[in-house]
Amino acid sequence: MLQNIWKWLIIPLIMIGIGTAIVIYAVNNPTDSIVARMLTYERIFRVIREHMALLLISMLAATFVGVAAGIMLSRPRLYYAGRVVENIVNVGQTIPSLAILALFFTILGLGFRTAVFALFLYSILPILRNTFAGIDGVDYSIIEAARGMGMNSFRILTKIELPIAFPIIVAGIRTAVVINVGAATLATFIAGGGLGDLIVTGLSVHRDMIIVTGATIAALTAILLDYLIGRVEEKIVRWS
Amino acid sequence: MIKLEGISKIFPGQKHHAVKNLNLEINKGDVCVLVGPSGCGKTTTMKMINRLYEPTEGKIFIGGEDALNKDLIKLRLDIGYVIQEIGLFPHMTIEQNIATVPNEKHWPKEKTKEKVEEVMNLVGLDPKIFKDRYPAALSGGQRQRVGVARAMVADPPIMLMDEPFGAVDPITRARLQNEFLRIQEGMEKTIVFVTHDIDEAIKMSETIVVMREGEIVQHATPSDLLSAPADEFVSNLVGRNRSIKRLHLIRIHEILEELGRVKPIPEDTKTDEIKKRLDESATRTVMVVDSDNKLKGVIGVNDLKQKTGEVAADYYQDVMETITNDATLNDALSVMLECGEGYVAVVNENNQYEGTITLGDLLNVVKEDS
Ligand SMILES: Nc1ncnc2c1ncn2[C@@H]1O[C@H](COP(=O)(O)OP(=O)(O)OP(=O)(O)O)[C@@H](O)[C@H]1O
Ligand SMILES: [Mg+2]
Repeated sequence: MLQNIWKWLIIPLIMIGIGTAIVIYAVNNPTDSIVARMLTYERIFRVIREHMALLLISMLAATFVGVAAGIMLSRPRLYYAGRVVENIVNVGQTIPSLAILALFFTILGLGFRTAVFALFLYSILPILRNTFAGIDGVDYSIIEAARGMGMNSFRILTKIELPIAFPIIVAGIRTAVVINVGAATLATFIAGGGLGDLIVTGLSVHRDMIIVTGATIAALTAILLDYLIGRVEEKIVRWS
Repeated sequence: MIKLEGISKIFPGQKHHAVKNLNLEINKGDVCVLVGPSGCGKTTTMKMINRLYEPTEGKIFIGGEDALNKDLIKLRLDIGYVIQEIGLFPHMTIEQNIATVPNEKHWPKEKTKEKVEEVMNLVGLDPKIFKDRYPAALSGGQRQRVGVARAMVADPPIMLMDEPFGAVDPITRARLQNEFLRIQEGMEKTIVFVTHDIDEAIKMSETIVVMREGEIVQHATPSDLLSAPADEFVSNLVGRNRSIKRLHLIRIHEILEELGRVKPIPEDTKTDEIKKRLDESATRTVMVVDSDNKLKGVIGVNDLKQKTGEVAADYYQDVMETITNDATLNDALSVMLECGEGYVAVVNENNQYEGTITLGDLLNVVKEDS
């Protein structure tokens, strides 16, 4: 048991260790006074906090809406609507995240909320698509067996379809998280805060150290979250 | 128990009938087997009984009630269903799979658990080994048995079984068939059974429905089907060796009494006595039993010549295969052919000797009937 927990924690701990080491090193060994002013513990924690807030709020909303919409579109009555939405979603996914941010900035103005909303929309897509595909992909004979044994559509959805689609839905959430962590660095352009602040500041004052610190933390966050969600899924799904 | 009146089904967007003006009545406690070529509408007929498909026309009565106006869920909870594609739930353990209907019926946990183990044993899956496995970790035949267990766990008065033994090997299949018939004797369920195997149909059923292109060609008892096939199509389906197929219809206990075989001998029988018995025996063999009438072995003429000794215990050799008296004559024939002997010993569950069936007996049966 103890060994198991250890196995679970070792990779996250390494990630966090690397991140912390980089932050401590950067703060304590600034290359010049500009870097020293920009890279303080206070500032780094603030942008991490902002980044996490962007990520968490937009992801929670996107998961909720994406799964719900995916379920609705998979109902037989909405089957054709589902196909249409699936195509729109696939096209939507090809729009660059910066373009989406720009688009919403013109409509909703600057700020944290606009950034959350844009990230939310961008993250719905993979979740919705995977929920729909996961439910749609459940073998029809399984559904028929369930119906033949007297389960109603709601029971079939909750007991059969969603559990079988679960791994695919989670895969969609993982994709969304990774995209989201990256896209959230762009929030700084519309004054949304986050790790993008560091990167953009670093770019404008030509200090690589600031850029690298911001980018590494973002990358480590993406890897870490992806890993953790994967591990949780593994724990829940034992049948495949 | 089940009555179909003028049932037709045309699938949306199709011109042809999948099932056309079908009239069928199945009595309570009967096994009715549907046979016919692929695509003739067997599955469609079956799915209309539990209303997975709604008939385009016609009426269905189950136990006198109009099934088409009954609450769907209630109707289905009381009809055990084995789907052709097996349809196990991949994310549930075997135990959870089998417990589906009890859970839908909100049985108490203890009762469900007991009943699940009971049916697992019935279909020959050891609960200790298989209960917690997932369907992915089972062979095709094992999955099929889980499908059957899942359909019968809640004791439904009606069962619909779409090729339930399609994926099991002939030996296990024969065992499952016998087991099935034994269970059926005690439970008197009304069963609709689909198969491609005419031998299986003959063996399992009270009545056989032969279908072609959505219509019934003949509905008859197995015996009538064999002796009076309605047309060329049916006789082709039944096949050439119809008299041999009759062997499926007769169980060993039905003829064993009348045979009056040479009595078995105890282990301490003297050599002279054994010789006398061997001369009387039509098969030139005699069975040896212990004081409890348990079968110990068999002595043939050659055993007496080749071995020396004084009593039966010195001569007998082991019996290769035995058979129980609820097996069919066809099973007996297979055992004889497998062992290359002209006879097979019949024993009960405790290995107590009950009699011997010979090739000659089988020939007599076939002759008498035709
Ligand atoms: N869901 C469906 N939609 C449209 N057509 C169907 C559907 N199910 C069956 N059919 C058609 O109805 C006819 C009868 O099919 P059915 O499945 O009843 O055959 P079957 O006798 O069970 O065959 P098999 O022995 O191969 O299982 C076939 O022509 C088939 O193509
Ligand atoms: Mg079929």
